[in-house]
Amino acid sequence: MTQISNLTQSRSFSFALIALLAVVMALLPFFAPRAVVQDLFMILALTVLALNWNMLAGFAGLVSVGQQAFVGIGAYTAFAGVILYGLDPLTGVLIAGIVAMVLSIPVAFFTFRLNGAYFAIATWVVADILRLAFSQWKAVGGGTGTSLPKGTTKDMLGVQAIKDALDVSSAAAADTMLYWLVLALALVTLVASYMFLRSRMGLGLQAIRDNVNAARSVGVDPLRLKALVFLLTAFGTGICGALIFLQLGRITPNSAFAVTDWTAFVIFIVVIGGIGTLPGPIIGAVVFYILKRLLSDYGSVYLIVLGLIGIAIMLFARRGLWGMLKERTGFDLLPLSHRPPAAVQTTKEGALT
Amino acid sequence: MNWLDTLVQGLLLGGLYALFAAGLSLVFGVMRLVNLAHGDLIVLAAYLILMITTALGINPFLAALFALPVMFALGWVLQTYLLNRVLGEDILPPLLVTFGLSVVIQNVLLQGFTADSRKLAAGAIESQSLPLGPVTVGVMPLMTLVTAVLVIVVLNQVFYRTALGRAFRATSDDMVTVQLMGIQPQRVFAIATGIALVVATIAALFLGTRSNFDPSIGPARLLYAFEAVIIGGLGSLWGTLAGGLIIGVAQALGAAINPEWQILAGHIAFVAVLLVRPRGLFPRAND
Repeated sequence: MTQISNLTQSRSFSFALIALLAVVMALLPFFAPRAVVQDLFMILALTVLALNWNMLAGFAGLVSVGQQAFVGIGAYTAFAGVILYGLDPLTGVLIAGIVAMVLSIPVAFFTFRLNGAYFAIATWVVADILRLAFSQWKAVGGGTGTSLPKGTTKDMLGVQAIKDALDVSSAAAADTMLYWLVLALALVTLVASYMFLRSRMGLGLQAIRDNVNAARSVGVDPLRLKALVFLLTAFGTGICGALIFLQLGRITPNSAFAVTDWTAFVIFIVVIGGIGTLPGPIIGAVVFYILKRLLSDYGSVYLIVLGLIGIAIMLFARRGLWGMLKERTGFDLLPLSHRPPAAVQTTKEGALT
Repeated sequence: MNWLDTLVQGLLLGGLYALFAAGLSLVFGVMRLVNLAHGDLIVLAAYLILMITTALGINPFLAALFALPVMFALGWVLQTYLLNRVLGEDILPPLLVTFGLSVVIQNVLLQGFTADSRKLAAGAIESQSLPLGPVTVGVMPLMTLVTAVLVIVVLNQVFYRTALGRAFRATSDDMVTVQLMGIQPQRVFAIATGIALVVATIAALFLGTRSNFDPSIGPARLLYAFEAVIIGGLGSLWGTLAGGLIIGVAQALGAAINPEWQILAGHIAFVAVLLVRPRGLFPRAND
C-alpha cells in the first residue's frame, strides 16, 4: 500500500511543481529583461525538440537522425505562408505542424521498411533530400534563403495587446508572444506525452520496448503504434521549427535542415538528461544551456565537452542524470508506472469472483 | 553532353565512395556496429597524413604508409576501450557513442587546424590524364578506382581465405557459439575496427589529394559511404563496391543535368534501390 500512496503523492507533487514552474515562467516577461526572454525561448524550443525525440528514440525505439527534416518543413511552411500567401504567422505555425505531419506519412512509408541502424541512416538521407529540394525553391530564396518581411511578427495576432499591457517596444512584444507560444507548446508536449504514455497505447509502446513478441501476443500492433508516434512527433517538431524561425526572422536551407542544431544537440540533451524518462529532456536542456554559456568564450569547446559527456553517460549511466538521481533518491517526477492489478480472488469452489 | 564520359567519371567518383564505404562495411558486417564517426575518422586520417607530410617533407603517398599503423592502433584502442563496452542488443548506445565521437573529433580538428580548407599535394600526378579510347580519364581518379577494387579484393581474400576471416564470419553469424571455439569476440572486433581504419586511411589519402578538405566534411562523406553499404547489402564487400559505383554514377548524371542536383541524385538513387530491395542488392547476412 505504501508504494501506491507514494506513486499517487509523487504524481500530485509533480503536477503541482510543473504548474508552479509554468506560472513563474509565464510571468517572467513582466520583470525579466528581453535578452533573458530570448535565451529562455531557445531553451524551451530545444526542450520541445528533445521531448519529441525522446518519444521517438526513448519510448518507440525509433532512433531518428533526421528530425531536422520536420524542423525545416515547419519553418519553410510558415515562411511560405507569410511571404507568399500573406497569412498571419500564427496561422502559419499551425499549418506548419499539419504539413510536417502530412509529409511524415510518405517518410514513414519509406523509412519504416528499414530497421535499426538502416532506419537512422535513411531518416538522415531523407532530411538531406529535403534540404537540397528546398534549396531549389526559388520563391523562398533558393539556396541563399530569405528573411521575413519587416514587421511581420510585430503585426502578429495579440502582439499589439502585449505591447499595450507591458508598455514595451513592439519587437520586445513580439519576442514575448513567441516566448509564450513556445512555453505553451512545451507544456502541451509534456502533458500530452505523459497522458499518451499513461494510456493504453503508451503501455503498449513500453511493452514493445521490453519484449516485442510478448507484446504482439497480447494484441499490441508495434507498426501502428510506432507510426502514430512518428506522425505526432512530426507535428510537434514542425510547429517548433516554425516558431524557432519566426523568432530568428531569417531562413536558409542549411540552417533550417541543420543536423547539428536540430538533431545532434537534441540527442545530447536527451542522453545527458536521461533517455526514456519524461523529466530527462528538460534537465538536459538546462544543462546544455549552462554548458554553452559557461564555455561561450572558448569557441567550439562546449561541443567537445558535450560529446565527451554524452559518451560518458552512455558508458556509465545509461538513464542519464535523471536516472541517476532517481536511483540514488528513489524520487521520481511524472512516474509512468501503473499500480499492479489486485490479486485475483477465488471462491471456495475455485470460481473467479 | 557526352553520356559515356559522364558514366566513366561517375564510376571513377564511385571508386572514392567505395573506399569510404569499405571500412564501414567491414565493421557493420562483423559486429553490426553503425559507426557514425567513420566520416570524421577519414578526415582525421587526412589531417594525420598532412601532418606527416609537412613534418617530414615527404610525398603524401609515403606519409600514408606511416599513418597506416597509427590508425590501426587507434581503431584497436577505440574498439577495445570504448565501443566494445556499448555493443549489445540495444542499438542505441553504440549509435550515440559514435555520434558523440563524431562531434568530438570534428571540433578537436577545428580547434587544432582551424576551418581552413587543406589539400594534400601529390605533385605532377594530380593533373595527369590518360586517353582511354573515346574518353580521357585522370590518373588520380583511375588510381582511386583501382585501389578501391584492390582493397575489396584483399578484404575478400582475408574474409574467405584466412583464419582471421573465418573468425570474422563466425563471430558475425553467432557470437555465443564462437566463444565455445576459443574465439574472443572482443579481440576479433578490435582487429576488425583496426583494419577498417587502415582502409579509412587509404580513403583519406585519395580524398585529400583529389579535393580540399576541412574538419566539417566528415558527416557528408559518412552519408555517401552508408548509402553505398546499405545499397550493397549487409556484409557483402562486392555489394559495397557496387553501391559506391551506383552512388557515383547517379551523382555524375545528376550533376551533368544540373550542377545543383549532384548530391540529390545520389540520395534519390539510394531511396529508389531501397524501395525495391529493402535489404540492399546482395545481402549476405540476415539482419
